[in-house]
Amino acid sequence: MTPDGEFYQRDRNLHPPAYTPDYKTSVARSPSYALISLQNSVGEITGPVFGHDDIDPIDKDLLSNYARPGESPIGERIILHGHVFDENGRAVPNTLVEAWQANAGGRYRHKKDTYLAPIDPNFGGCGRTITDEDGYYYFRTVKPGAYPWRNHVNNWRPAHIHISVFGEAFAQRLITQCYFEGDPLIPICPIVQTIPDQEAIDQLTAKLDMNSSIPLDTIAYKFDIVLRGRRSTLFENRLEGN
Amino acid sequence: MAQHLNYLRESASQTAGPYVHIGLAPGAAGFDIYKHELGQDIAGDAALGERIRVEGLVIDGTGSPVKDVLLEVWQANSAGHYAHPRGGGEVEEGFRGWGRVITNFETGEWGFDTVKPGKTRGRNVGMQAPHINFWLVARGINIGLNTRMYFDDEEEANGKDPVLNLIEWQVRRPTLVAKRSERDGIPVYRFDIRLQGENETVFFDI
Repeated sequence: MTPDGEFYQRDRNLHPPAYTPDYKTSVARSPSYALISLQNSVGEITGPVFGHDDIDPIDKDLLSNYARPGESPIGERIILHGHVFDENGRAVPNTLVEAWQANAGGRYRHKKDTYLAPIDPNFGGCGRTITDEDGYYYFRTVKPGAYPWRNHVNNWRPAHIHISVFGEAFAQRLITQCYFEGDPLIPICPIVQTIPDQEAIDQLTAKLDMNSSIPLDTIAYKFDIVLRGRRSTLFENRLEGN
Repeated sequence: MAQHLNYLRESASQTAGPYVHIGLAPGAAGFDIYKHELGQDIAGDAALGERIRVEGLVIDGTGSPVKDVLLEVWQANSAGHYAHPRGGGEVEEGFRGWGRVITNFETGEWGFDTVKPGKTRGRNVGMQAPHINFWLVARGINIGLNTRMYFDDEEEANGKDPVLNLIEWQVRRPTLVAKRSERDGIPVYRFDIRLQGENETVFFDI
């Protein structure tokens, strides 16, 4: 095997830096030395491969994957859907996408979450799926609620869904959050604002997608995810592959 | 005016937050929802090579253990092959080489069982010493942190390792080397990861 398939250098100007004092927890958890830059070797250009045996079809349906028979969670029913691309605009097929979120009241099903909003007995709050051949994924869920958190005295997280994506290699591994168009909490959230680039924030803001909604059932939001692009070895007989 | 390059831009990272476990390791967090939990068996029963245990803490800038971190590990098998089409060769049935590790919520201790990886090819020349790739996410970590764990009983290979040798500050190299001991006949490697402060672990931009 030739050691091709390195990834484009990560553009650190659109990612949050490690140390962001307005998001207070980062203060003691941010490395202070510069990262050491590596050219990718085999451990970075490879990553775990997942198949449909790993997950169940119901895992992507948060409306039913924890609900009691015949019941469903409280809240605005939504479809969150989109494509996973790389920076070359190529679809990333067969990759694992995982999601977790608070319920419609803004409460997580976690023993450490003590927010006053109630736990929803029919909502677990996590799901997972594998992108299809075109890099497409979708989840059914409820729109999460905003909730307060201990940072500054009066901080509220905008509604958000945490998203984890693997891509084809360990170097592409990404965890991010999906926000929702029109939320007035986005510009004042210290976690969102760790991102130094407004265009990058907009890229994490899902758009209302009426054309994909299901009348009288579920409203849709479109959220595309972009992973790092991959270099390839130049082959003269495969120029279009570069 | 020059033409535009039509590249997309990578989606920005965001912290995994305090509740990463309910999303990525719900079973381990005591939340029963999936039939199969991912990342629990790293090497599988059929894996060849030396069975080892790896343990440690993730320690923040105040010297306190981080109790809500989630670690992912990625490693080659004992022959130096990753379980991937570009991974260098066949691996044993059931060998995945990938694992998800969560800390004890009270103490911050984490640990996993696996096999010791073999040497792998370097980027250009030479071989890389046996190592395990780590990726850490948690509340307060804005973008996942990549690091590597090497083995202190591989002194010769470590001395030639192209990545360890890339670290100009020799005093920082030992932050990537786990210390071997033995418990109940099983080799145990201790690997504490320091996010900040004295002996801050080396992290990589990969």
